[in-house]
Amino acid sequence: MSATELLQLFFDPELFERYGARMLDGLLVTAKLVAISFSLGLLLGLLLALGRLSRNSMLRGATGAYIYFFRGSPLLAQLFMLYYGLGSFRELWQDLGLWWFFRDAWYCSLLAFTLNTAAYQAEILRGSLQAVARGQHEAAAALGLSRRTTFFKVILPQSMLLAVGPLGNELILMVKASAIASLVTIYDLMGITKLAFSRTFDFQLYLWAALLYLLIVEVIRRLLRRIEMRLGRHLDT
Amino acid sequence: MLSTSSQTGALAPTPGLAQAVPRSRPAVEIQGMSKWYGAFQVLHDIDLSVQPGERIVLCGPSGSGKSTLIRCINRLEIAEQGRILVEGCDLSKVTTQAVKVRREIGMVFQHFNLFPHMSVLDNCSLAPTSVHGLSRKAAEERARHYLAKVGIENQADKYPSQLSGGQQQRVAIARALCMQPRIMLFDEPTSALDPEMVSEVLDVLVKLADSGMTMLCVTHEMGFARQVAQRVLFLDGGRIVEDSPPETFFNAPKSPRAQAFLTQILH
Repeated sequence: MSATELLQLFFDPELFERYGARMLDGLLVTAKLVAISFSLGLLLGLLLALGRLSRNSMLRGATGAYIYFFRGSPLLAQLFMLYYGLGSFRELWQDLGLWWFFRDAWYCSLLAFTLNTAAYQAEILRGSLQAVARGQHEAAAALGLSRRTTFFKVILPQSMLLAVGPLGNELILMVKASAIASLVTIYDLMGITKLAFSRTFDFQLYLWAALLYLLIVEVIRRLLRRIEMRLGRHLDT
Repeated sequence: MLSTSSQTGALAPTPGLAQAVPRSRPAVEIQGMSKWYGAFQVLHDIDLSVQPGERIVLCGPSGSGKSTLIRCINRLEIAEQGRILVEGCDLSKVTTQAVKVRREIGMVFQHFNLFPHMSVLDNCSLAPTSVHGLSRKAAEERARHYLAKVGIENQADKYPSQLSGGQQQRVAIARALCMQPRIMLFDEPTSALDPEMVSEVLDVLVKLADSGMTMLCVTHEMGFARQVAQRVLFLDGGRIVEDSPPETFFNAPKSPRAQAFLTQILH
């Protein structure tokens, strides 16, 4: 086997010409899917975390049950339940004017990923909020700071430094789990790759896909390090 | 070094003076206060009246309830029984007035509890801007004023972790003073410090005492108590066992428990 033949095995220029641009499109769809659902999940997760830490036992119970369910069942099952399960009540959604949402695989995937990651992020945020020293709450109270100011100016910034590592972990897991969206007709990176493979039966497409996922993860990893340094700038003496 | 002897002379309580001065409304008045942690009673039926400008040192063995007592005064701990009046306002009822009055009380903690993610200046100006509604500029001006008073105006832009323990505690004092409180509570302000940093913090406390601030200070610094306090409260088992001027307390303690405590602490 010559060197060109070997190269052909991993990088076929002809194949790249046919599918390269479309795979990059798929990469963008993946990035968009993850970015939107992760951000919405962060907001929902923060609300859930506050619910978990609430003095109201009803709220604690309800948010606890939510987290228990979404962390305890497979993401794939959750996505199918949303898209195929809820999507089968066509009349109901039409009456409610929500059919445009539930018939669309893109919205269903966004919703499923958001609901799922929110549960994980809620637990990360709850832990990091609880890890802020009690003296910080006391100092804020002694200064007469309102609960709102205490939370946003004193507690949350400190907890974010603790949360950013685990949140980054969750983001990386999300990037990889997002491939599941290809099972409900989304042409994300994995969806495109599957399509291209079904036409060519050339395995190198999967290798490219893997490298592209790796690329996203590497970008995230570097970004995280920057954020961590920025949040922890008060720690270097 | 503590302050000069001329200052101490001025500060030393003149016997009989307390009776001569007409008694105004007490700054803090505690009536029949009891507190429990679960089944354990930490404070037993505490009665205490603090006059404006009075400087009180609380001491006693660990677990005697002295920290809990002063933490009840600004409601960091809630006493289950009894009343706490600050400037005549009942703090056990949560009214808008009670919330306001609580802002008149500053507190300094054993472990400083500075906000680590904020610069020294921001630590000091956060509460004036968000509670008093000062502009950022006015709040920073006020912060610099009090930082100068505690002698660290040149550290304003640093983060707490870049300062020594003594400097951090002085920032904490400045931060509390920025709310311009009428009463200051100190919960073992020098206990977490390296020995060589104790005096710089005590110097600030002495200066503050000279300015006429009402102070309640939990401390084991008996030299400081002798120099600054007008009254020494000795607590044991959640009760105020002794309440006397420092010279009486140090020279002729009444209770055997205080006698034992003093021989141990003064060697």
